Amino acid sequence: MLTAAVSRVLSGVTQKPASRVLVASCKYSNNATLEIKKCDLYRLEEGPPVTTVLTREDGLKYYKMMQTVRRMELKADQLYKQKFIRGFCHLCDGQEACCVGLEAAINPTDHVITSYRAHGLSYTRGLTVQSILAELTGRRGGCAKGKGGSMHMYAKNFYGGNGIVGAQGPLGAGVSLACKYKGNNEVCFTLYGDGAANQGQISEAHNMAALWNLPCIFICENNRYGMGTSVERAAASTDYYKRGSFIPGLRVDGMDILCVREATKFAADYCRSGKGPILMELLTYRYHGHSMSDPGISYRTREEVQSVRSKSDPIMLLKDKMVNNKLASVEELKEIDVEVRKEIDDAAQFAMTDPEPPLEELGHHIYSSNPPFDIRGTNQWIKFQSIS
Amino acid sequence: MAVAAVLVRRPLEQVTVRDAINQGMDEELERDEKVFLLGEEVAQYDGAYKVSRGLWKKYGDKRIIDTPISEMGFAGIAVGAAMAGLRPICEFMTFNFSMQAIDQVINSAAKTYYMSGGLQSVPIVFRGPNGASAGVAAQHSQCFAAWYGHCPGLKVVSPWSSEDAKGLIKSAIRDNNPVVVLENELMYGVPFELPSEAQSKDFLIPIGKAKIERQGTHVTIVAHSRPVGHCLEAATVLSKEGIECEVINLRTIRPMDIETIEASVMKTNHLVTVEGGWPQFGVGAEICARIMEGPAFNFLDAPAVRVTGADVPMPYAKILEDNSVPQVKDIIFAIKKTLNI
Repeated sequence: MLTAAVSRVLSGVTQKPASRVLVASCKYSNNATLEIKKCDLYRLEEGPPVTTVLTREDGLKYYKMMQTVRRMELKADQLYKQKFIRGFCHLCDGQEACCVGLEAAINPTDHVITSYRAHGLSYTRGLTVQSILAELTGRRGGCAKGKGGSMHMYAKNFYGGNGIVGAQGPLGAGVSLACKYKGNNEVCFTLYGDGAANQGQISEAHNMAALWNLPCIFICENNRYGMGTSVERAAASTDYYKRGSFIPGLRVDGMDILCVREATKFAADYCRSGKGPILMELLTYRYHGHSMSDPGISYRTREEVQSVRSKSDPIMLLKDKMVNNKLASVEELKEIDVEVRKEIDDAAQFAMTDPEPPLEELGHHIYSSNPPFDIRGTNQWIKFQSIS
Repeated sequence: MAVAAVLVRRPLEQVTVRDAINQGMDEELERDEKVFLLGEEVAQYDGAYKVSRGLWKKYGDKRIIDTPISEMGFAGIAVGAAMAGLRPICEFMTFNFSMQAIDQVINSAAKTYYMSGGLQSVPIVFRGPNGASAGVAAQHSQCFAAWYGHCPGLKVVSPWSSEDAKGLIKSAIRDNNPVVVLENELMYGVPFELPSEAQSKDFLIPIGKAKIERQGTHVTIVAHSRPVGHCLEAATVLSKEGIECEVINLRTIRPMDIETIEASVMKTNHLVTVEGGWPQFGVGAEICARIMEGPAFNFLDAPAVRVTGADVPMPYAKILEDNSVPQVKDIIFAIKKTLNI
């Protein structure tokens, strides 16, 4: 049993000297059964389970991932203030349970699309922190070679990063149409915010997904504010999980990663079984303002932000669960913090020093699968080659 | 006495473009209670770019309306209100988002007076920042001058200075037709001296008339919006080399004041157009075509030259973005090329 424990831990998240590993593995439980909040249901007979099992391995993984997203976003804040990042920068700190919980419940072969508040999902979908930060600083090592910036990061089975509010709704439904068309049992998770919920195109996407029985899981990340407008001032109905009308829905505590995981599993199973689209509302919160140009306190109070931070911080909630159930120790988690900090610092260092994309590539990637051609610069004598 | 001192404005005050638009809207809201403003964050947030600062506090919920993020919906609502006799100012947070609503702008607003045989007018203003900003990447940097300028039934203006901004927004609001006002985010914070006549509450700049910002004899440079400033900079540099540029600020895209351009070209014999938008089917292309069709063609000593944005979606990385928007050096280069220097 000890050898089994040793090999399991050694193949897991941390690398420690063998003797410490043996001692460590005796101190902790392998897993714990935890209660999670019941979801509000709409047009559903049953919902996700109210208890779930969290393994030590998963817990450590989720902790590290959430902490990585958190630190990455805070580093982006810093880089923006130092003017390494320009333009728009929309941060998701506070919403880590949503992206990490989602990824915990789905397969890499599933598809995801979201809005411009996409750095967290870009990471959970497989982009490295380095490539994300370098994209933010507009360098050649960025995931879009510096040409996209904050709102336009793509990865395999991750369709961005979309700058226009709500546009990802029909796009996600379209991805799910392709999944159904190909018959590959994959599904698409289409995320949008409370602000985007009032876009007509979201309703259009709902309608067609339901009409054509598309394997699309709509996820409304309700962080209570669409830029500076609170949900009450923007929506006649703030029950976003019911706003799919004919589409069944559930409302989930988006600050509890296990809630998000279980609800996502439930929704994915529903969808995969051919029952059609389903809508999940995640109740969450962003600590930052809408973007780096919004201080975020003209339309909400500092007290409100502080209150969420102290009572519902997703990383704190997971940490407490793990420590209280002896799945990890405070010291161990602190060590993960140190590792994460180093990873982020190294990535930031790269992002600040990597060169910008070469000017010769300005015209590249206009068309796909095209022979090279010339594109016009700012006057008829300036030409750039365009290569696919 | 102290009160009088506050009430009398100094003759040549510095006003930013943002404040000029704010003043223009404030004056028109005060003058005509049928005027109202709607859009995202225009009320309680004071405007995403603070252009409508203070208006909600002054005029309240009825006249300054925060909308949900529903461009097609609220643009349509604005057009409907205009049809029923109100005079809405519909703000798009940027004109990139107007693409979501463009059917309402074109099909419901622009074409209606014509389609109704003159029965139904649509006195509406669509305004917001247009074109490139700084580092906002492909989906947030497009210039819509050519797209809106293409459509009969619309009036399209593109202010550069504070005087332009104030006079044109007031004219747009008073115009009984749909007017698209293409502002520029990078110009919002730029201060200009407002001449004393611009302080009158009836200060209007006529839609459809260009302004010669700088007289010259060697070459005509035509631009709209922010590039007008770049052209004046280029003109200053070239003046030291003995080249005197005549810089024309278009002010209005549609209906275009081609006569002012023609008269200038007939004087200078050379033409350079400058715009932020893409070259193909752009404002400069239209100017060149019209010059060919009119009396000025025979006065050209060299083909007209266009300086435009690069023909790519706006890249994010600074070095790429800098090379995708017309810079002063590009304008100087184009002028020298056309003058064969």
